[in-house]
Amino acid sequence: MSRLLALTIAFLFALIAPSFARPFTDAGGRTVEIPDHVTRVLTAGPPASVLVYVLAPDKLTGWVREPSAQEKEFLMPAVRDLPTFGRLTGQGGTANMEAVLAAKPDLIVDVGTVNATYISLADKVQAQTGIPYVLIDGSFAKTPETLRQVGDLLGVSARAGELATYAETGLKTLNDGLAKIPAADRPKVYYGRGPEGLETGLAGSINLEILEAVGAANVAAAAGKGGLTNVSLEQVLGWNPDIILAASPKFAATAKSDAGWANIAAVKAGKVYTTPSLPFGWFDSPPGINRLLGVSWLEALLYPKAFNVDLKSDTKSFFKLFYQVDLSDAQLDSLLKGATPKP
Amino acid sequence: MQDETKNENGIFRLIVLGTIGLIVLALLSMAIGKYALSPASVLNVLISGLTGNTDGVDPIQQTVIWNVRLPRVLAGILIGAALASAGATYQGLFRNPLVSPDILGVSAGASLGAVLAIFFDQPVVIIQISSFCGGLLAVGAVYAVGTAIRDRDPVLTLVLAGVAIGAVVGAGISLIKILADPYNQLPAMTYWLLGSLTAVTRADVLSILPATLIGLLPLILLRWRMNVMTLGDEEAQTLGVDTRITRAALISGATLITAASVSIAGIVGWIGLVIPHIARLLVGPDFRKLLPASILLGGAYMLVVDTLARSIAAIEIPLGILTAVVGAPFFLWLLASGRRGWS
Repeated sequence: MSRLLALTIAFLFALIAPSFARPFTDAGGRTVEIPDHVTRVLTAGPPASVLVYVLAPDKLTGWVREPSAQEKEFLMPAVRDLPTFGRLTGQGGTANMEAVLAAKPDLIVDVGTVNATYISLADKVQAQTGIPYVLIDGSFAKTPETLRQVGDLLGVSARAGELATYAETGLKTLNDGLAKIPAADRPKVYYGRGPEGLETGLAGSINLEILEAVGAANVAAAAGKGGLTNVSLEQVLGWNPDIILAASPKFAATAKSDAGWANIAAVKAGKVYTTPSLPFGWFDSPPGINRLLGVSWLEALLYPKAFNVDLKSDTKSFFKLFYQVDLSDAQLDSLLKGATPKP
Repeated sequence: MQDETKNENGIFRLIVLGTIGLIVLALLSMAIGKYALSPASVLNVLISGLTGNTDGVDPIQQTVIWNVRLPRVLAGILIGAALASAGATYQGLFRNPLVSPDILGVSAGASLGAVLAIFFDQPVVIIQISSFCGGLLAVGAVYAVGTAIRDRDPVLTLVLAGVAIGAVVGAGISLIKILADPYNQLPAMTYWLLGSLTAVTRADVLSILPATLIGLLPLILLRWRMNVMTLGDEEAQTLGVDTRITRAALISGATLITAASVSIAGIVGWIGLVIPHIARLLVGPDFRKLLPASILLGGAYMLVVDTLARSIAAIEIPLGILTAVVGAPFFLWLLASGRRGWS
């Protein structure tokens, strides 16, 4: 009897084996059939591009937005000149469906917020093109899980494990260190975007997810919860931040030289820093795993006494491990220009 | 009497020749695209799909033709025809060549509906329905205000009510854009407002077909009264036309088709403004000829523009940009040349 059962099971397995697909339940609760060997992946948005690039650069079929010359310098040569497809988000997208089909991807990956809009878009594109489309949760705290999950999907579990361990260690060091820092010792930070630096993120804004993760106080949280918003210089003067993070060198220069900004504590103390942005933003855009390196940078910047960070060697090892690029000292200096205190 | 028969023959000939031209254009457009396919294989896929004998036909080619290209070609024709006929109707009703289908706030209302649904993370279907309803509601509000104000020129009050309500709706759109998530929602809203057919599926085309046909019905049935309406309210009433009811029926029809097309394509400007002018230059102001000419020309123009949108660059070019770039210079020339195509 047991032999018969074993035979039946073996027979059933033999039936299943030749079908080159396995079911995968994505972050939207959709069950998608994934081919056994994924060799070409199309990414629906910038965070997905970063994720697929760090896990399996050889499987990336193209970019959502063409990398600039500056960005290309910090990317592997093999991916620098991949074609650009645009955003693949349905009616709100710029990707051309025929160009997508012509690229013959086995899988479409989107990383980011998962909600009903994105679930229905994924279903729609999948139905239209017949290419499996998976949604992955992109929240920063889940970075290690995301790496492992997508690594399994792409058949690069070993590499994914290595990167996930790095992320876990980094996040653990961060949280252990933060636990010892009382609220009073945490700096008040203002993050300024736009040419005037008067665009910032409110409490809970995805642009400032990482600032919240490193436990700093976002001064603009006083203005409420939400996304990006414009504020007035008067408000910034009222908040009187200890540190200003500038999304562009242009704003950093304005804050340092403009009389209107001169009386803010951060400016008086010379604590105006530019957020590094190459090859993918360290601080916010895109909101992908590229922000992991931003954690080391912010640890060194915000809590120099509590964390013992060797930023230069951390940066080199992150680029080597994740982006598979060897940084020269000159490149390192250009990356961190304006982003660290002058020695 | 003989003149009338001649006229009927003229209209018949216009419709037959125009339809043949449109079909030829559609077939040409079917042969163009980012996925390289020879005209022979396009025909082969089309014929095999129609006969149901799809053995030996490349499944990707089938997807390209049946799920991507054909729905776009059909949607382009349908939407172009809808916007142009609505434009011709509005221009005649308001006796003003500068009027486009947006005059009573249908586009603004549809935009607000779509932007709201994107803001609340709704599935695509709800975004489309919300947009459709938004367009109808905005025009309904304008019409209610316009008719509530007595003792003034009814046409002028309608236009002014449209301007006022359009401004309020525009403010609402801006407010929601400010509150939206800049990574996920804002790009979707922006591209939606620019208009695109990239994600159009067969289901989308079928979903707007009933509203478009029902909306066209009053325009076709009332084509003679439309001519009378262009003489002005008093003259029309002397000729025994109930201007209030006729105007209400024509506005409802034109609004219905505009709202339907906007709900799947987003905001596509200029077609409703420029195509009726071209049609008027070709066939004169008689609405019995102007309506079919506008429908055919609008369909053809939109087809050409959408073919450009999906084939000239690696990524999609929003339709709003192309129709304006092509349409605006023509419109200016029309204004400058001072040709009397109007009455």
